[in-house]
Order: sequence, then structure tokens, then C-alpha cells
Amino acid sequence: MTGVRQVPVPASGSRPALDAARLRADFPILATSVGGKPLVYLDNAATSQKPRSVIERIQRYYSTENANVHRGVYQLSERATAAYEAAREKARAFLNAASTREIVFVRGTTEGVNLVAASWGRHQLRAGDEVLVSAMEHHSNIVPWQLVCEERGALLRVIPMNRRGELLLDEFERLLSDRTKLVAVAHVSNSLGTVNPVAALTRLAHARGVPVLVDGAQAAPHLRIDVQGLDADFYTISGHKMFGPTGIGVLYGKAARLDAMPPYQGGGDMIKTVSFARTTYADLPSKFEAGTPHIAGAIGLGAAIDYLAALDWDQVSAHEADLLAYATSRVSDVPGVRLVGTAADKVGVVSFVLDGVHAHDVGTIVDQEGVAIRTGHHCTQPVMEFFGVPATARASFAFYNTRADVDALVGALQRVRGIFA
Amino acid sequence: MADLTDLYQQVIIEHNRSPRNFKKLEHPTNAAAGTNPLCGDDIRLEVRLDGDRIADIGFQGSGCAISQASASLLTGAVLGKTKPEAEALFREVHTMLTSAPSEPVPTATLGKLAALAGVRRFPARVKCASLSWHTLHAALQAAAEPVTTE
Repeated sequence: MTGVRQVPVPASGSRPALDAARLRADFPILATSVGGKPLVYLDNAATSQKPRSVIERIQRYYSTENANVHRGVYQLSERATAAYEAAREKARAFLNAASTREIVFVRGTTEGVNLVAASWGRHQLRAGDEVLVSAMEHHSNIVPWQLVCEERGALLRVIPMNRRGELLLDEFERLLSDRTKLVAVAHVSNSLGTVNPVAALTRLAHARGVPVLVDGAQAAPHLRIDVQGLDADFYTISGHKMFGPTGIGVLYGKAARLDAMPPYQGGGDMIKTVSFARTTYADLPSKFEAGTPHIAGAIGLGAAIDYLAALDWDQVSAHEADLLAYATSRVSDVPGVRLVGTAADKVGVVSFVLDGVHAHDVGTIVDQEGVAIRTGHHCTQPVMEFFGVPATARASFAFYNTRADVDALVGALQRVRGIFA
Repeated sequence: MADLTDLYQQVIIEHNRSPRNFKKLEHPTNAAAGTNPLCGDDIRLEVRLDGDRIADIGFQGSGCAISQASASLLTGAVLGKTKPEAEALFREVHTMLTSAPSEPVPTATLGKLAALAGVRRFPARVKCASLSWHTLHAALQAAAEPVTTE
């Protein structure tokens, strides 16, 4: 006998799996119950839950640091200002922006889009100009453009998608013309989960000299964002969708773009000098931050960014991809289910309809099992119309979800079928 | 905990599956459309009044089981009634839907409509049950758009 023996070889590229159970312990609400059933939270695309570090950071701010920013000469105000500006630097790093001058704190993605529509749009759009949005936009990336287009006599045009919920790049190229003044597109669709090829879209738009605004609300909790790599002119995110507080978000804009734009709102903090004859405006980013900002929110968002930065994102991505594949397979196996949104490149969103049962009935019944999902049109009525459904049920995942959560959803869907059998 | 069988009583499930008077009227005298924009529930209700009496009624639309069953039950309940009788029933149903779950349900006056009482334990769903009733109320207030003969 020779001394040859088999030895186990780790599969190439294998790495330890994400310890979701350990991460769940960071989120106090995930240990709670609803109606006597453990909470199974699958509505992360609507809002995400908050880790203890974010909750405690906000409490610490109000307990020990609260003062107005950029105003007081006293130490407490300096401490609040330092914490607020430190959050801006964290947001800069999160988005990989070149400078904190390009980081404007806003209420959320909706305000980010509205700021650009009101300031850039009113300034730049002329009669006959066109703004391109995609067929899968959230209402918040449609209505602000409709408002400004109507005011300026410009036209809103729509980049179409296929039945899987993927944008048609060749149609997009055809739509780009001398009349196109802006492209406004979601990085990730909230109702379909589609990840749009924004780098490619931006390249094509820039080849025509057209700037691009990216709605990053649904990308921020799932993807590493690099605004310089994407070459986006504007990129906007919401704190509450990325494990931070509500009421705070970020608008990134290239400094040259923001510099050329008039202020969005007037007030304190956004001026250099004010007289009744003439007012001069503050430099970036203060020019766009009139009034006392959501200081605690920004600091809480900074804590959420710290939390995300400490995660192993290869593990997170692998875990989320596994959850999506598992949920897609388990949910499609429920008799009568049809998935809505089957793009090749998706984040953890499973939108579906159940034959003969309206989404709201699905939502009410699975809630009785502790399972929280969103039902309705998800603020994307044109998407519902495109797929010919009045509403969908949508399970959306975060890194703290597990296969057990999917199993709970599938069990609850069987109960729905039982009631409507 | 609220019991699902309160909400999805057999009569609700059955009316959702086979809605009564789910039809378009040839010559409506009164009509109204109702929507719950957040839910996407959407109903068009048509009535043919013969004098003061509801001689025919039909609804069309889409929505959850509660909204569809409520509309179906409504058509059965008000067909043949006079306008004031239908309005009185609208008020009865409205009072019942917005009452506390512990309140007794006036089954004698409501009949099958009492099945809708289950929504009281599901506050988010009350508007699903009341949509068709508000639509009926609106239809009875205003005449239908004149029918053209082009």
C-alpha cells in the first residue's frame, strides 16, 4: 500500500457564510412579536430596521451633544457641528464622492429629486426639451419631473422595459436626442428589484452631453455605491432604507453642477450676507441646506454608514443572493403564484401575485402569521399597469433576513390558499 | 388577536368568488366611480332608478375580496329599495363599520351585510368594505352623465 490518501479540499472561492443570526441580534425590533407571533420583517424596501448602534447614537446626541450647528461659539455647538460634519464625511465615503462639498443633506430621496427638479430643472429646461425617465420609476422620480416639465413646457419621455422588468438599452439610445436635457433613472427598482445598468446608461447619456440623476434609494442597502465610478451627475439616497433614521437622506451632485444651480430653498445657513437689496449665497453644500437641518438624523445616518462599513460585503452579497434564489424558488412553487419582475440582475425583492387572491388579502392574512410584507402598487402605478396587475405582494429582504423568514412567508401563503380554496 | 375567520367569513369568500350583479347597465340613470388610491380598489357602480326605486343595479371593478364582496352584497341589499331606504341602509352600514369591534351588530336590519362586521378588527381594511357604499351614496346624489345616442 502506498501512503496516498484523500484530503478534503475547500471549494475554490469558498468563504465563511454571513452570520445572520449574530447580525439579527444587533436589531432590537427583530426580537419582537406581533399578535403573539415572532416578527418576520420582509418589507425592507419600504423601510429597513435600525441597529442598536444607530438608535443609541441618536440618543447620545440628544443626551449629550444637542445644540444648533454652524451657529454657536460655545463648545456644545462646536461638538454638534463636528458630529454633523463628520456624518457628511461618512456619507461622502459611502458614496465615494470626491468632496464633502458635493454632499447635501436632504429629507430623503424624494427631496433629493425635488431639489434637482426645482433648482436645476427650472433653471435649465426650456420649451421642447425632454427629460427621460424609465418605465420602472418610483412616483418620486416621475412626479417632480412632470411638475417642472409642465411649468417649463418640456416633455417627459419613458425608457421602456421588457416583460422581465429590464430596461431596453437600444430603445434608450434611440430616445436620446438633442432635445434630451436629463436622464433620471433608478439604480434599483423598488417594485421589481431590477438592478439597472446605470454605468452604461450614464456613458450613453454623457456621449450626448446629457447629465444623469440616479435614484439610489433601493441600491444603498444592497450595493456598494461609487458615484465617481458610475460618473453620475446626481445620486440620491434615503437614510431610512439603509438602516438609518427617517427624515434624512443625501443628494450627491458633482460640484460643478451644484455650483451652477440656484438655491432650492431660502433661509438661514444658506447665505453669506443678506440685505434687503441683495443676498449672496453660501458655498457648497450650505447653499442647499436652508434652515436648521435634521442634525440628529444626519448623525444617525453616519452611525448606519459605520455599521454597514463594518460588514463583510462579499459575505452580505452572497447571503442576499442566496436568499433571493431561495425565495424565488420557494415562492414560485406555491400553486397559483406568478412572479412580477424576473430580471437577470436583481436585489432581494420578490414581487408576486396569487391567482384569484388580491394582494391586500394576502397581506392581511400573512400578517396574522407575523409576516410583514408590502401589498399594493408600491408607488409604481405605471409598473402595475405594464404588467396588467392592480397590485402585487412584495417580500423584500435585508442582510438580516434568513431562509427561515422565507419559510415563514411560504407557510403563511399556504394559509392564504387555504382560506381562499 | 383578531381572528381571520371573522374577516373572511364564508359569505365574503363566496361573494368574492361569484359576485352578484357584476354587470354594466344598458341605461343607467345614476352612476359613480370610487377608488381607494392606496389600495388600488376600484369600483364603478351603476343604478337605474324607476321613479324613486332602484329598479336595477350593477357594479364593475377590481379589488380585494372585502371590497368586491361588499359591493356584491350591496347590490343585493338595495335592489328594489327606494332612494331613502338605500340611504338609510348606507348610514346603518357606515355606523356599523366604524363602530368598536365590541359593539353589537344590528343583524336584524343588516341581514347578510352583518358579515362585513369582521373588518372592524382590521382597521386597515375598513375602507375596503366601505368603498362601494360611499360610491352608492355618491351615485344616488348625482344623476349619471347623459347617455349620448351617436
